[in-house]
Amino acid sequence: MILVFVETGATGATEVSLECATFARALADRTDGPVHAVVVGGERPDVLVGELGRYGVAAVHHVTGDAFSAYGGGAWATAVGTVREAIDADYVLAPGTPRGMEVLAHLGARLDVPMAANVVAVTDSGANETGPLVVTRQVLGGAVLEEMNMSERPVLLTVAGHAVEARHAADPAPPAALRELTAEVADIDLVARVTATEPVEADRSGALTSSPVVVGAGRGAGGPDGFDGVVELAELLDAALGVSRVVTSLGWRPHHEQIGQTGSRISPELYIPCGISGAIQHWAGCASSKTILAINTDENAPMVTKATYAVIGDMAEVVPAINAEIRRRRS
Amino acid sequence: MTNVLVCIKRVPDAAGEVTLTSDAQALDARFVGFTVSAHESCAVELAVRVATADGGTATVLTLGPSDAVEQLRSALGVGAAAAVLVEADTIGFGPADVAKEIAAVVNAHAAEGRTYDLILLGNDAADTGDFQVGIRLAHELGRPVVNGVRTVEVAGGVATAHGDGIDGVETYEVPLPAVVTVLEGGVEPRYPSITGRMKAKKTKIEMLAPTGDPHGSGRVRLTLPPAQPSTVEVLGTGPEAAAAVVALLQRMGVAR
Repeated sequence: MILVFVETGATGATEVSLECATFARALADRTDGPVHAVVVGGERPDVLVGELGRYGVAAVHHVTGDAFSAYGGGAWATAVGTVREAIDADYVLAPGTPRGMEVLAHLGARLDVPMAANVVAVTDSGANETGPLVVTRQVLGGAVLEEMNMSERPVLLTVAGHAVEARHAADPAPPAALRELTAEVADIDLVARVTATEPVEADRSGALTSSPVVVGAGRGAGGPDGFDGVVELAELLDAALGVSRVVTSLGWRPHHEQIGQTGSRISPELYIPCGISGAIQHWAGCASSKTILAINTDENAPMVTKATYAVIGDMAEVVPAINAEIRRRRS
Repeated sequence: MTNVLVCIKRVPDAAGEVTLTSDAQALDARFVGFTVSAHESCAVELAVRVATADGGTATVLTLGPSDAVEQLRSALGVGAAAAVLVEADTIGFGPADVAKEIAAVVNAHAAEGRTYDLILLGNDAADTGDFQVGIRLAHELGRPVVNGVRTVEVAGGVATAHGDGIDGVETYEVPLPAVVTVLEGGVEPRYPSITGRMKAKKTKIEMLAPTGDPHGSGRVRLTLPPAQPSTVEVLGTGPEAAAAVVALLQRMGVAR
């Protein structure tokens, strides 16, 4: 039995949660058990029942109660743990998001079992459900992979974003069964919970991580005044603007624009990094871009050699020329 | 007076290509320098700010090899007042082992009257990326934990922390003692002053041994992702490439 922690957004399950359900299905094929999902708090998730059913989920457990009116990692872990115990799941999976990591880490601490973060593949599932499991996971921001032995049960793992593509189950699946329940939460788990949420301006909230096109700028911008071209290109393409770590470290642009291991991780259809060499820390944040068009003076820069397309040149000259060409074709 | 313990980790400062040791258990250190993660640099800065705001002290701790003294001295140079090294080969230590060793130091210090009101850690280590030591530590100590925040302030025995959540900037308020894990971006780590560096050199570092045998991290081996041969298509050189670029953008449906 496999349990998946599903996060929800305005339109249903988040993309990474659906990827996680897809990952769980592959694991279920090896371990011969059904996949269940757990959703914590919020409204009755009727919309999820059909959606998760298509991803091969047999049942959705919805945990509600006063303890879940505001997010807290400990309380959420209690909800997931309660369901895990009720269905006797040997595997608990969560998306490799801040909350997915936090909830499973609490559960791991409570059950005194390991948790593997950012798993990309199950290397060896052993002969049966109780045998050893070897997983492959990202370390060093994905520059290195680690094979990790998970010999204890339950197995807790978070699935790295875009490790698999979210796909429907092959057979037309019925809607998942919906099971409503409550969970008893200990007082200490209600101490650390969100007490207020301040919505951010619309242009900041997730634009970088959800935009299908991202324009990036790095050290090649040359200084805080070197971003006019990329800002205009982003406007012309209706794209989000992201920057490398050096740019935020030097104070040229604000931190919330940073792409990389310690910034946002993006996966747009098209990423246009300008004047970014492509160090490991940056690559960790943009590796799952579908197409990369690099603009760089150095034809041997990692960003150029890893790109799909490249222009060799100074972004200060190339980007304004592209902007002018877009405007010319429009008029 | 708020006494803060901030936990850091010596990690490879890998920017370019990485290579592995022949036993595939670690990065080949001959070709990399060492640092602490950006999250931890911010945690150190927050620790110093919180402690100095009301006459407390910031203590920096690491579990690592003897060379990790270098990272402890960097933290001393920017305002930490004391440093602790639990000397161990970190490869054999899983996140639960590290949490147990930190908890052992916290409890041993408490027995000597040195208590920590606030314990700060980075959200995740730059190398092993386990995302769980702070939470496991909180469970070991029976303290509340706030995870992945960018700022933390202390007033009236309560830590107030802010972080980026799904729907906006989230606020947490937790009574001390508490554990908080930090993400980069909320504060600018300061540079060490000359006097700070001098003081850091003279500060005696408390050297400890692990209290128990580690359970282990489960690491079988490290591998490098398969090298992808470059398939880049160069569209052109300099501003003359603009027409080819825009043609591509139009083909992709990105530019109208």
